[in-house]
Amino acid sequence: MPDKLRRDLGLGDPDDFYAALIDSHRGLTADQSLRLNARLVLLLANHIGNAEILDEALREAQHTAVDGAPGPAG
Amino acid sequence: MASYEYPRYSYRAPPELKGETGRRRPVIVVGAGPVGLAAALDLATHGVPVLVLDDDDTVSVGSRAICWAKRSLEILDRVGIAAPMLEKGVTWQIGKVFLHDQQVYAFDLLPEGGHKQPAFINLQQYYVEQFMVEAALASPLVELRFRNKVVGLAPGANSVGVDVETPDGPYRIEAEYVLAADGARSPARKMLGLSFEGKVFEDRFLIADVRMTADFPTERWFWFDPPFHSGGSALLHRQADDIWRIDLQLGWDADPERERQPERVLPRLKAMLGEDRPFELEWVSVYTFQCRRLERFRHDRVLFVGDSAHQVSPFGARGGNGGLQDTDNLAWKLAAVLSGTAPDALLDSYDTERIPATDDNILNSTRSTDFITPKGEVSRAFRDAMLELAADLPFARRLVNSGRLSLPFCYVDSPLNTPDAEPFAGPLVPGAPCLDAPLRTADGKPAWLLERLGGGFTLLGFGAPPPVPDGLPVPLRTLCIGAGHLADIEGLAGRRYDARDGTCYLIRPDQHVAARWRSPDPVAIAAALDRALGRTGPLQEV
Ligand SMILES: Cc1cc2nc3c(=O)[nH]c(=O)nc-3n(C[C@H](O)[C@H](O)[C@H](O)COP(=O)(O)OP(=O)(O)OC[C@H]3O[C@@H](n4cnc5c(N)ncnc54)[C@H](O)[C@@H]3O)c2cc1C
Repeated sequence: MPDKLRRDLGLGDPDDFYAALIDSHRGLTADQSLRLNARLVLLLANHIGNAEILDEALREAQHTAVDGAPGPAG
Repeated sequence: MASYEYPRYSYRAPPELKGETGRRRPVIVVGAGPVGLAAALDLATHGVPVLVLDDDDTVSVGSRAICWAKRSLEILDRVGIAAPMLEKGVTWQIGKVFLHDQQVYAFDLLPEGGHKQPAFINLQQYYVEQFMVEAALASPLVELRFRNKVVGLAPGANSVGVDVETPDGPYRIEAEYVLAADGARSPARKMLGLSFEGKVFEDRFLIADVRMTADFPTERWFWFDPPFHSGGSALLHRQADDIWRIDLQLGWDADPERERQPERVLPRLKAMLGEDRPFELEWVSVYTFQCRRLERFRHDRVLFVGDSAHQVSPFGARGGNGGLQDTDNLAWKLAAVLSGTAPDALLDSYDTERIPATDDNILNSTRSTDFITPKGEVSRAFRDAMLELAADLPFARRLVNSGRLSLPFCYVDSPLNTPDAEPFAGPLVPGAPCLDAPLRTADGKPAWLLERLGGGFTLLGFGAPPPVPDGLPVPLRTLCIGAGHLADIEGLAGRRYDARDGTCYLIRPDQHVAARWRSPDPVAIAAALDRALGRTGPLQEV
């Protein structure tokens, strides 16, 4: 069976993780935040390692970004 | 230029201008760059007479190729050029990548020994061309005509008319096949109205060749954002004659004319090399790089090789090295077609094999160039993040891309291959370039496997001499590695070829694997040879 990107909740404590993520950007300029996010993506991608899951995650993220882009009215 | 004296090759009025009717030539090569000359020398080893026409009368001028890969040396060894290149060039295999002033990554291009040729040598392109011209002038089968500019191609059903201009006037000569090796600006491409599409990288690089005595190690050093050239990349590489190649990224907004001036160049170089280090400028240019290729390389009787067929950015040294693989692929095929042992369709396999190889070169050099020149804010953030992580984390070092250096392409999907019928391990699948190994002859002399393969079809047997079929269309040499024959002194041949007693490889003239068996029989061997010559199999089924 091919490996699948997890879509159910994987995080033990979602609120904790979210707070830690936001905290890690505290006081950073937009540029520094961009770099921090880039490092984070690279670390996590390497940890996952699996090309199928990463492809699926890339597609899922792209898809969400397109759908979630503000339309002319919003 | 101080360190190198450019040879001037003499021009003689061609006999066609003195009223002699030019005989039709089997092959005319347009362009005496490294690729055209290699093609001529290779064709000569197959017994094909070649006429080479070049619009100039000297070798490559200025800062061009310096890095020649192991595979190129193996190819050129067959025409006797590798030895002088090795003697004159500097051998290297280690590359180091720095961020600011810290080393973040190092690579070794040939960690395992047992190869006649080194991973890489650095040698100025003009030396390589000079050695090639000398070999061509010495060959009874190669005729070189300098200051003979090709101005027109008239493709016909059975030959191609080539219109040439000389200092004494124009003439026309016919050829069965024309190899267009006339470089990135290829007039031949324009004569046939072919488009050359691709991508330009929006960046500029200062390329300086300087003469200095320095005891930096003979390694490829690449910096991202070094203290001496803030915000850009830098490359330092040693060449022959105490010449060093320096490559500084300037950015798209740099003014190329201004950046070439000594008053701009010298301070940049002093910042890099130190105020007190004496050096002389040999050559300075500002380049913009691109990656593009022809849609097809074969246009009936006109075949494009080297930069006229494809152009890559130099990160990875895939331009000249890729071009030499083109002629390596084409020369034996052309010789077989001209001698009537193979059908014309064999030449179609030049496209089927070299186009994927070119795409691989373009892919790799595009990725390196995109890494070195990030296209926007986000790609720069990722690139810089990668470099920052690379200082501490091993995984990120492998992602750092300052150039993925040229390797021979493996023609896995080639119609000339006979697929394996038995299981084999290791890299030597049908289509793969043969690997070298140290051997010893029966009378105790050291030998190399690739050297022994030579330049024809070879049947390589392990343990016992392989069975040779009768009535073959081309000569088939046999080579045996085993007791009483060639000794596998370090066991490397056996390991690299995953050999057991009885294992047998059919090897093409360009030293790529055509087929292999655990227990070969003459019928299978004859069939594989026919297929490798395009006499049967997929090429005939189109
Ligand atoms: C800065 C730089 C660094 C590079 N570094 C490397 C490297 O390290 N390793 C590497 O492998 N490659 C490198 N390359 C690429 C390499 O220089 C080319 O790939 C190589 O020169 C291609 O050889 P060629 O024979 O196809 O074409 P060319 O070398 O361009 O030769 C074409 C020949 O055709 C002749 N010609 C043109 N028009 C006509 C005509 N109408 N009639 C007759 N003759 C004609 C020209 O005079 C010339 O002699 C580098 C390139 C650059 C710019």
